[in-house]
Amino acid sequence: MIAGPYCTKLLADLGAEVLKIEEPARGDPARKAGPFPQDIPHPERSGLFLYLNTNKLGITLDVATASGRHLLRELLRDADILVEDLPPGRAEALGLSHEALAAAYPQLVVTSITAFGSSGPYRDWRAHHLNLYHGSGHSSFIYQDPREAAKGPVVGGGYIGEYDVGLAAALATLAAVLVRPKTGRGQQVEVTKLEALVALERVDIARFANDPTPIRRPGMVGGLVRCRDGYVVITAVQNRQWQGLMEIMGNPAWAQDEICRDEISRSLHRNEIQPYVEEWAAHYTGEELYRRGQEANVPVGPVRTVAEVMAWEQARQRGFIAEIEHPEAGRLEYLTAAYGFSETPWRAERPAPLLGEHNDEVYCGRLGYSRRDLARLSAAGVI
Amino acid sequence: MKEGPLAGVRILDFTWAWAGPQGTLLLALLGAEVIKVESRQRLDHARVRSLMTGPVLASPDHSTIFSDLNVGKLGVTLDLTKPRAVEIARRLAGICDVVTANMRPGTLERLGLGYEDLRAVKPDIIMLCSSAVGGTGPERTYVGYAPTFAALGGLSSITGHRNGPPSPLSGAVDLRVGTTCALAVLAALYHHQRTGEGQYVDLSSTEVVSALVGGVFMEYAMNRRVPGRDGNWDRTMSPHNCYPCQPGEGGSIAGEGSQRWVSIAVGSDEEWRALCSVLGEGGLEVDPRFADVVSRWRHREELDDIVSAWTRDRTPDEVTETLQKAGVAAMPVLDGAALAQDPHLRERGALEKVEHPVIGSRLALAPPWRLSDTPAAIRRPSPCLGEHNGYVLGQLLGIPDEEIEELARDGVVA
Repeated sequence: MIAGPYCTKLLADLGAEVLKIEEPARGDPARKAGPFPQDIPHPERSGLFLYLNTNKLGITLDVATASGRHLLRELLRDADILVEDLPPGRAEALGLSHEALAAAYPQLVVTSITAFGSSGPYRDWRAHHLNLYHGSGHSSFIYQDPREAAKGPVVGGGYIGEYDVGLAAALATLAAVLVRPKTGRGQQVEVTKLEALVALERVDIARFANDPTPIRRPGMVGGLVRCRDGYVVITAVQNRQWQGLMEIMGNPAWAQDEICRDEISRSLHRNEIQPYVEEWAAHYTGEELYRRGQEANVPVGPVRTVAEVMAWEQARQRGFIAEIEHPEAGRLEYLTAAYGFSETPWRAERPAPLLGEHNDEVYCGRLGYSRRDLARLSAAGVI
Repeated sequence: MKEGPLAGVRILDFTWAWAGPQGTLLLALLGAEVIKVESRQRLDHARVRSLMTGPVLASPDHSTIFSDLNVGKLGVTLDLTKPRAVEIARRLAGICDVVTANMRPGTLERLGLGYEDLRAVKPDIIMLCSSAVGGTGPERTYVGYAPTFAALGGLSSITGHRNGPPSPLSGAVDLRVGTTCALAVLAALYHHQRTGEGQYVDLSSTEVVSALVGGVFMEYAMNRRVPGRDGNWDRTMSPHNCYPCQPGEGGSIAGEGSQRWVSIAVGSDEEWRALCSVLGEGGLEVDPRFADVVSRWRHREELDDIVSAWTRDRTPDEVTETLQKAGVAAMPVLDGAALAQDPHLRERGALEKVEHPVIGSRLALAPPWRLSDTPAAIRRPSPCLGEHNGYVLGQLLGIPDEEIEELARDGVVA
């Protein structure tokens, strides 16, 4: 749905040839997830699917059938990497255990993504993004207004935790590919969603693991602040940044008070100082505060909507947004990649594949099946 | 200990704070030799203080936050405002495969340590620079921290309670940036392995955040609709929320006896039937308001009330155990204290003891991936300030001891 496909999207964007295997007829559930143009559901026009599968080739194959597994084995002979996100035990049941794969395809890096891993008490638990995000601490370490906190923990938008897992998996997979010339073989890479998410909260989790009752502080002065047209975050942490903030606030008299002397003191007296900052910020728009702050070297960022990000000149000039033409969804703007490589730049090689779009090319062109064989496989529900 | 996949890769690391160090931490876990360059004149502020850990630390080597973000690295001290230190840094680049930095764009160039300077020393060097909004474009000098990236990248605007303020999110945003840095370095190493060619990588922390919710941007690209905040509700699933529970035993961030929560997510009809089988009475399963996916979603507020009424008298663990047994995705909302005790993470060895010469024995997060042949591992504690000056400057660069001492006296190695 997201984690596995995002892992292979990252690899495809980096230039790997990715063959996406989908269940015949049904396809990746992301095809049903939307959003859809004009809200009309269509398996070839799901925004989530299009974003996650750009630059991949698409074939259909049912691994639950013996004929499907035969095709898969033929494909694995020439593959460097297999990424799978089957539930624990499922690959073994299909005769695709790590041992079997390692014996038959010694070159292969096999990356398995599961929610909780192949061992441990939660192994067979069901979990959606909501459960894993909240279950890995991500909703607990947020400094926010106590009134907001009282409404309960809130999940990160956009299924971000699933993407986090895909990123962790792509990283480990690439490391296993890199070492292959040295070891002369592939290996097994196990990635769990829970541990990938937990690793992103390493600072806070280690803090509690080593000290069950750490001190709780009121947070920094600034932080999330209302402005004239929305919200900004102001993180004037270091003293010179605080000085910069005071300068653009016109060096107010209260800033001379002893309680403003350093970050810790300001934090301890947050309730006294914060209203000054809020009162000041309310006069300006987020973009005004962004410019004024940043020109004075103060880290200020307006809370931007998705629309504002897409219109952001800085990102556009950097090529972070690109138009891609898709035969069913048409011409749309997509985000590209957060990194610019001087020698191997991001490129849109191809739009996300239609369901089974490359069956012909792969099964006939590479494996040597005839078109009539394809018809047979298709009739039997294999592809 | 078996070698990691990056054994033999050497990285010169100018990063500081949270995001950059997380990137080289991951590369160190994978076996790379990471040489972190620091200076007493410009301490990594994770060494100095933090709003979390409190006031001034006994010494820069006492910082636990620094330790957690720099496990597995070597440390040298060089005051890069001194030309001789810059010269040494260049020589170090000459024996490294990768250079990483997250200073404000332009700073390294001013110091004489820009990509072109280092390429003159090592033509196939890989250099990754991460910054708030990227090293090109009109705003390239702008600065930020994790909450800035979350705000600018659009993530804050889609995270929060309905009709409530946006969420500033947590330090995890920095670690997402670091993880992306590590991926980009590996990709450049792969290209180098194939072609012998180095390259420059320019990474925008804000773009990292946006890319990690890239699907959301399609809603705007397609329909010019701007996604907002909707608490824990989902676009399709219902029930899909955090539900209040009985306070449990043990500590929690918010303190003893504070509100506990459990998350429950029901997608399919099958999961709904499983939930009904547990909630039992009241004829839920035949209630027309909840007959199908669409009606459940439309009546999600009523549904949330019904589920809350059931969870309220139970602990998160009880709810989870009962629902998981029935086939419903449920899990306690865990905070730091609970995660540190979590039986699953314990059994899987997610926390590992590291011996640090100053801090002592400390639990740190183990590598989040398992590689069967070339395992990732914590191979050494975080470095004390300048701990490896002797090894790096003496053994690797061949600078005689007396000269290192002199450089230290002159404030170059300091």
